[in-house]
Amino acid sequence: MILETLDLKKYFAGKQILKGISLAIKRGEIFGIVGPDGAGKTTFIRSVLGLYRPDGGSVSLFGGAGSEYPKSRVGYVPQQFSLNADMTVWENIALFSRLYGLPEALWAARAEKLLDMVWLGDFKNRLADSLSGGMKQKLALICGVIHEPEALFLDEPTTGVDPVSRREFWQMLYRLNRAGLTVAIATPYMDEVELCTRAAFFNQGQIRLVGAPAELLALYPYKLFAVRADNLRLILRRTLDLPVRAAYLQGTRLHVALDGESGLPALEEALAAAGLGAFAITPVRPTLDDLFSFAAGLPGPAGPGIGRAADLAPAAASSGGAP
Amino acid sequence: MTRLTALIKKEFIQMRRDRITLAIMVVMPLFQVLIFGFAINTDVKHLAAAVFDQSLSRESREFIEALTATEYYDITCAASSLQEITDQLQAGGVKAGIIIPPDYAAGLKNGRGSQVQVIVDATDSIAATSAINTAQLVGESKSREILVRKLRAAGIAGLETSALDVRIRPWYNPDFITAFYMVPGLCATILTLTMILTTSLAIIRERERGTLEQLMVTPLRPYELMLGKIIPYIAMGYTQLTVLLLAAKLVFGVPFQGSVFLLYLLTGLFITASLGLGLFISNTAKTQMQGIILSFSFIMPSVLLSGFMFPREAMPTFFYYLGYLVPITFYLKIIRGIVLKGASAEQLWPQILVLCAFIAIVMSVSILRFKKRLD
Amino acid sequence: MNIAIKTDGLTRKFGDFTAVAGLSLTLPAGGVYGFLGPNGSGKSTAIRMLAGLLLPTGGSGSVLGLDILTQSEEIKKQIGYVSQKFSLYSDLTVYENLDFYGGLYSLKKTERAGRIEKALALTALTAQKDLPAANLSGGWRQRLALGCAVLHKPRLLLLDEATSGADPDARRLFWQLIYRFAAAGTTVLVTTHFLDEAEHCDRIAFIQDGAIIADDTPENLKASLPGALYKIPSPDPVGLLEGLSAQGHDMSGAYIRGQSLCVRTVGAPPRFAGDGTQKIAPALEDLFIYLVEKKRAKRHRP
Repeated sequence: MILETLDLKKYFAGKQILKGISLAIKRGEIFGIVGPDGAGKTTFIRSVLGLYRPDGGSVSLFGGAGSEYPKSRVGYVPQQFSLNADMTVWENIALFSRLYGLPEALWAARAEKLLDMVWLGDFKNRLADSLSGGMKQKLALICGVIHEPEALFLDEPTTGVDPVSRREFWQMLYRLNRAGLTVAIATPYMDEVELCTRAAFFNQGQIRLVGAPAELLALYPYKLFAVRADNLRLILRRTLDLPVRAAYLQGTRLHVALDGESGLPALEEALAAAGLGAFAITPVRPTLDDLFSFAAGLPGPAGPGIGRAADLAPAAASSGGAP
Repeated sequence: MTRLTALIKKEFIQMRRDRITLAIMVVMPLFQVLIFGFAINTDVKHLAAAVFDQSLSRESREFIEALTATEYYDITCAASSLQEITDQLQAGGVKAGIIIPPDYAAGLKNGRGSQVQVIVDATDSIAATSAINTAQLVGESKSREILVRKLRAAGIAGLETSALDVRIRPWYNPDFITAFYMVPGLCATILTLTMILTTSLAIIRERERGTLEQLMVTPLRPYELMLGKIIPYIAMGYTQLTVLLLAAKLVFGVPFQGSVFLLYLLTGLFITASLGLGLFISNTAKTQMQGIILSFSFIMPSVLLSGFMFPREAMPTFFYYLGYLVPITFYLKIIRGIVLKGASAEQLWPQILVLCAFIAIVMSVSILRFKKRLD
Repeated sequence: MNIAIKTDGLTRKFGDFTAVAGLSLTLPAGGVYGFLGPNGSGKSTAIRMLAGLLLPTGGSGSVLGLDILTQSEEIKKQIGYVSQKFSLYSDLTVYENLDFYGGLYSLKKTERAGRIEKALALTALTAQKDLPAANLSGGWRQRLALGCAVLHKPRLLLLDEATSGADPDARRLFWQLIYRFAAAGTTVLVTTHFLDEAEHCDRIAFIQDGAIIADDTPENLKASLPGALYKIPSPDPVGLLEGLSAQGHDMSGAYIRGQSLCVRTVGAPPRFAGDGTQKIAPALEDLFIYLVEKKRAKRHRP
């Protein structure tokens, strides 16, 4: 077992951020930590690493007690770019290596290999500041694993990173994982959660769901349907009151969650009444995006409290009428 | 106008939210004026001194008593050898050594005269000057006393007074109370320090936090941004001035000879000039660290050159004129003039003009330098 | 046709690095436009030039009929800008932030109060109006930033990775807002790395190395992807991918999606495909990766 927490609690300014998290991460896993903003993902990672002192419950890394663990066995890639912007790529790697007391002969060879793996070989002497967002995160990953830790914690490392860089980032994670690294990663990207061996859905300081992606999808309680229509955007412009569990745009389709097929006629009627024109409804299998919406327990786009954008659109345009 | 009020309001809210900084801004000047006001005294008294009295006569005792009576010397050690005095001076146990020769009394009696040697530790030049002046004064008055006594003994009377009598009347601060001189000067120094530092970070901070980028895409004009950054701190400057003046009056009893209204009015010019200078730094520096270092590398020499502690008259010509480049030099004349001498606006017009010109220059440079662009 | 943005050979150099290299595009008013491209491709630089934050070093452009070189201050009165960095005041409350920006856009007191109320309702932040902005989580902050940027009823919204770091639901809510503005006649230009979001755009420009390499509707762009995509189910897609690579297959366009491997081939289905292999419709992400890797391959070729 790499990590085991039991009823982990953390308060900030009287507000409970972690409401008793019990979680175990096994050796060799790529474990996803998912949830809406403010669900407690970052607080959880920081509490586990001993950056925050837990207010209750226990944390055990590598079977040890409390927040005492050999730092060299853990790597951490925090949310914000925490490398030295005024140092070059190579100098940053050198700094982290020396902080872990690695001999140059050892780390230099590793660094070369890791840099080549993510196409950074040509940028060794570039200042970290002038790297693009994706490159910075890859560098942060290299710095986090240069001491060959057994477990790596990453806090939304691919935020703001383009899809290609994100893929390369994950390819590297996979390779490291195959070589024995256990990975725990917080991410807002559901396609990344699919790549995890297991994932936990956090919400409001608690774990709502945990399991392998396929197991998680089996937990989805509703029947999901996809609506295709030419002027689907109409749905977004209006506050529709649909007789559904949830409705939201997913890619080019509208996903609606119903309790069962019996709800379909009412849905068709409501969509027609909304002036959607020609549309087609097909049953679809839920994806992790759908599961996220369910786990986050938030209403779909027809949710409350949303005013009219025309109120704040330019007068000329709004009087001219929407197309 | 709406934009400017919005900015000022925002700055005030931020100032109010940052309670710690606010407290530091109000309380720190008070502490500084208390520390400096009490600790700094250029009139050095009670210097520890060692005496090697080889004469051990009535005359030598009289001389030593005359020295201690001035309160400038405290005899803390009666040395028994020249070596002991040297050692004590070396070790820093005493600041002065007084050596009275064995034939002191005899020399005075037989009219050959005598020599008293005063060795002063001149590493601290202010203390040394004070010790030397006192020793010379005591020596002169003693020898005149002896001379008069002799003349009288010889039957010549009426020569008790010197032929030439120079009477010095110290005006404005007749008791030479250092605090009277220092405290108004401190007001100037503290205001410079806090005003320049706060605004020097004002724009850099927004730049580093990324909020400046958002301001740049609004119709905000550079002059509005500059004024919006200055006006709230003028209020802060006045708060500090009030705290400082109250301390000057209540703690140190500094007499207020001139118009308090005029002082507040003209201090406004100085505060604005300092804030403008801070803005200029904020527009030049790229990081907060650069801003702080730039501020200090301006503040330190400008305080030294201003005449706050060291008389400008004693400075080499180049540095004397260099002092004219910093606003605090002019403000010191204003605050000391009004507080201690009761100076009027007519007497201070050169200083007023210079401060106005200074404000005009730094503000226009700051406004012109500020580009609503990221490059 | 009413033109919102028109640029002609727009160029921006930083030293000897060219961030934007001769960008020419015309965007009609009304609608949602997307700039897509890898990190460092020049999207943000382009948007900043349009917003008047950076001066172009070459070319010309106009925003809402105003010249970006000479009339940037006029432009600023009519646009709203939200950047990837959350650049509001964390020590001010939600309401105070809105009030401040309302003031910067010279809205009179009563008018300002009314618009702030509407912005709060629109962004679903009414209940949070007295919270310090520092206490808001990612998605809420971004909605606040949007609220601040629309108080003056801008005709054009420039959103530079505005949804970066937000969770899926927060992103959906944000996009709903974007749509409502578009429906009300505001022109919206967005950059994003979430390609599922980009599917909602009316038109997309792919930018790489500072130049537009593709510019069309999402449907046409996806149709332009050569070859076909196949999804091969596998309990160990990573092992499958590595195995196929080791056998000498060109797996450069392959990626893992859940319990399956996606492969793009030109022509027939891949020889190694087993049972259950499905042909799937390409997503924008497939095109994105295709375009970026094509360009990269060209660059790495001597």
